[in-house]
Amino acid sequence: MDSTGIAHFIFGRLTWESLPLHEPILVGTFLAVALGGLALLAAITRFGLWGYLWREWFTTVDHKRIGIMYMILGLIMLLRGFSDAIMMRAQQAMAFGGSQGYLPADHYDQIFTAHGVIMIFFVAMPLVTGLMNYVVPLQIGARDVSFPFLNNFSFWMTTAGAVLVMTSLFVGEFARTGWLAYPPLSGIAYSPDVGVDYYIWALQVAGVGTLLSGVNLIVTIVKMRAPGMSMMRMPIFTWTALCTNVLIVAAFPVLTAVLALLSLDRYAGTAFFTNDFGGNPMMYVNLIWIWGHPEVYILILPAFGIFSEVTSTFSGKRLFGYTSMVYATVVITILSYLVWLHHFFTMGSGASVNSFFGITTMVISIPTGAKMFNWLFTMYRGRIRFELPMMWTIAFMLTFVVGGMTGVLLAVPPADFVLHNSLFLIAHFHNVIIGGVLFGLFAGINYWFPKAFGFRLDPVWGKRSFWCWVVGFWFAFMPLYILGLMGVTRRMRVFDDPSLQIWFVIAAFGALLIAIGIACMLMQFYVSIRDSERLRDTTGDPWNGRTLEWATSSPPPDYNFAFTPIIHDGDAWADMKNRGYERPTGGYLPIHMPSNTGAGIILAGLSAATAFGLIWYMWWLAGLGFVGLVAVAIGHSFNYKRDFYIPAEDVERTESQRTALLAAQG
Amino acid sequence: MSSTLPSSADDTPVFYETEPHHHPEGASTMLGFWIYLMSDCLIFACLFATFAVLGGSYAGGPGPRDLFELPLVALNTAMLLFSSITYGFAMLAMEKGKVAPTQAWLAITGLFGLAFLSIELYEFANLIHEGATPQRSAFLSSFFTLVGTHGLHVTFGLVWLVTLMAQVARHGLIAANKRRLMCLSLFWHFLDVIWIGVFTFVYLMGVLR
Ligand code: HEM
Ligand SMILES: [Cu+2]
Repeated sequence: MDSTGIAHFIFGRLTWESLPLHEPILVGTFLAVALGGLALLAAITRFGLWGYLWREWFTTVDHKRIGIMYMILGLIMLLRGFSDAIMMRAQQAMAFGGSQGYLPADHYDQIFTAHGVIMIFFVAMPLVTGLMNYVVPLQIGARDVSFPFLNNFSFWMTTAGAVLVMTSLFVGEFARTGWLAYPPLSGIAYSPDVGVDYYIWALQVAGVGTLLSGVNLIVTIVKMRAPGMSMMRMPIFTWTALCTNVLIVAAFPVLTAVLALLSLDRYAGTAFFTNDFGGNPMMYVNLIWIWGHPEVYILILPAFGIFSEVTSTFSGKRLFGYTSMVYATVVITILSYLVWLHHFFTMGSGASVNSFFGITTMVISIPTGAKMFNWLFTMYRGRIRFELPMMWTIAFMLTFVVGGMTGVLLAVPPADFVLHNSLFLIAHFHNVIIGGVLFGLFAGINYWFPKAFGFRLDPVWGKRSFWCWVVGFWFAFMPLYILGLMGVTRRMRVFDDPSLQIWFVIAAFGALLIAIGIACMLMQFYVSIRDSERLRDTTGDPWNGRTLEWATSSPPPDYNFAFTPIIHDGDAWADMKNRGYERPTGGYLPIHMPSNTGAGIILAGLSAATAFGLIWYMWWLAGLGFVGLVAVAIGHSFNYKRDFYIPAEDVERTESQRTALLAAQG
Repeated sequence: MSSTLPSSADDTPVFYETEPHHHPEGASTMLGFWIYLMSDCLIFACLFATFAVLGGSYAGGPGPRDLFELPLVALNTAMLLFSSITYGFAMLAMEKGKVAPTQAWLAITGLFGLAFLSIELYEFANLIHEGATPQRSAFLSSFFTLVGTHGLHVTFGLVWLVTLMAQVARHGLIAANKRRLMCLSLFWHFLDVIWIGVFTFVYLMGVLR
């Protein structure tokens, strides 16, 4: 082997040209990220925090800490996803009248793809999973999830996927195919470089994490509920979490399979989705949407759960129509499998098939509408407190209804023939995904933050952020409805017709407002941490909550509940407060807990290395990584000592501190 | 959930358990593993669907009649079915708490599994030798992927089997090991069921086509 041969063996297709040294924007970003990262690493080293982080966070199996890590991951990735969005908005606002804007086509296409992928998989999914992880075990009175180690592993697999996407920014490139990577464009003939491979492997690695966490939470909800909590006494957020995780387990395998077939086409030269040798690209489109449509319900159902909890708490009433809420959730879960074809009415299925899927789609709006009315009736004659979570909920109701109605419009096949792939569609799904999922997550973050950290989020900065986000959203996306009705298609980099420009400028203004909203949100976190004493909550129940998570201290002890609660009613904590529950102050017992382990982060690291090897054709790295994976997994299975007991004295100490705190406020 | 819940002498109900609340270790493992298997089943469902759609796209290349040798496949099927039976015997021995027969049956199961894989690889090698490669047509792509994915599962099952035998050798038939053997048992029989689908839909109906 000569020296280029050796280099080729070691680095595969990775060469100096793969680094985007000629793109000033990327070099600048890289420098900023690298300097920031180095500063962070230096600070951690300087303050000797590595051991603490490793022992208490990276290897933790505590569902609460894992939940918090998911939230941090989601918020960091939101910054990246939003940077992409604002770049697109700026480009489209300027690229008129012969101007090419500032982004070359090749870069612009990567940006919209990365934006979509990051927002869905690495912002919305981690935030939703994080909240479920944190809240569900507390709401059902459990000490942890059913499989605590798997939970840690799932988190790190999701993170490994995110790391791969971020790596593509500086090493190589990302896909230029749109967020669902339709073949034949994503096939090797039209996308010969690494972009699609980054896409495939990032999603496959993260997908393992998502699937396992789905299994984990289903089993937790089915098996670990406190005595007395029948299914129909479960808090509604837990119900939505259950349905969402059923959807995850039933939908993600399809994504895994279809991406595996695409990678076989790309790596092994098979003919699944090719134009020649009998392949059929529509097969891909069908399969990916069989995953894709349930995916949007995976995101929205927990948000519906959050709104339900918030509405009932801040109206000081039991949720109106609990039973109908549960049935509506279940019906949506089932129906979400029967609508996937509405994403490609235009692709030749014929009138009967289109009608079927159009009608099933419209039918989903019925249970969703029922939920809307339940929230309204819960508020009716309630003593509504307009705290931040409630404000987000009301903003959601006003915004989401519009998005829902444009969705029903799109479900009419003839209308879709006009609006398909237009900016009307973009406006519709941002309308439901920002107005529904993100607003819900923000409501949830403001609602449960005091539970997780023992102090509230600052309301002043919270309100600033709220108004910027909500107003910004309307400015950013209403113009897109108009543009879409005028026939402007999505994924465009430059425009000819100068009369359209004003709408893009308005949309860019909206995006700027959202940027301020995000800045205020960061400020809100900063101010709240700085002023945590001022915002401190010692009761564990700052909102006069109704469900079990508010029965324990904030933040809850490692073991969540010193004694397992017994449930007599839905809204268990409200019931306990009503009927003279007295907190036990003695008779503590040792508590059985799972032990921390580093296996999760190691396995995820090896997966990322394997994926990197596969992306760059560094076969030795892929092989080594895979062998390592198998070896570590087997090695881990030889460890039988996975638990320990928290001694009764420790429980006693923790609990008497809380007794003192509660007594101090009288 | 129990329907009669404790309540104390006066009217305030009892709101917490004073006895230690114990979820026996691994109580949920079987349920979790079963749910995982169902998700795996969906992967196979996708591959079957792909085969159903593309199975007739020969692209001018060879079709099932030209390629499949049913006697060989029948032999292969027998290997896998036998391995399921012997796994069943291993579980019976495990229930009786007898380590040596358990291990012996597991080893026999492993050998049958190995035989299955060898025959499958031999079949694949023959096909490829005749020019019927996965790249030749969409039919062959979906055939190799479906059957190969099943084969990969069997391979993985074998690695797992050997690992478990080592663990049984080391710690005996403790509760944790029994649970693991039960999981592998589910997995192994599941692969059998999938294979019956493959045998029927891919081979038998392929030759009828
Ligand atoms: C926060 C403010 C956001 C802004 C300003 C924004 C803006 C945009 C823009 C300009 C596009 C490209 C439209 C086109 O094709 O012309 C886009 C596409 C997209 N966005 Fe967003 N977005 C935002 C948030 C989100 C969120 C939260 C999600 C999902 C959770 C999301 C998911 C997507 C997806 C899936 C696409 C399609 C990408 C593709 O064409 O392949 N966006 N967004
Ligand atoms: Cu859909």
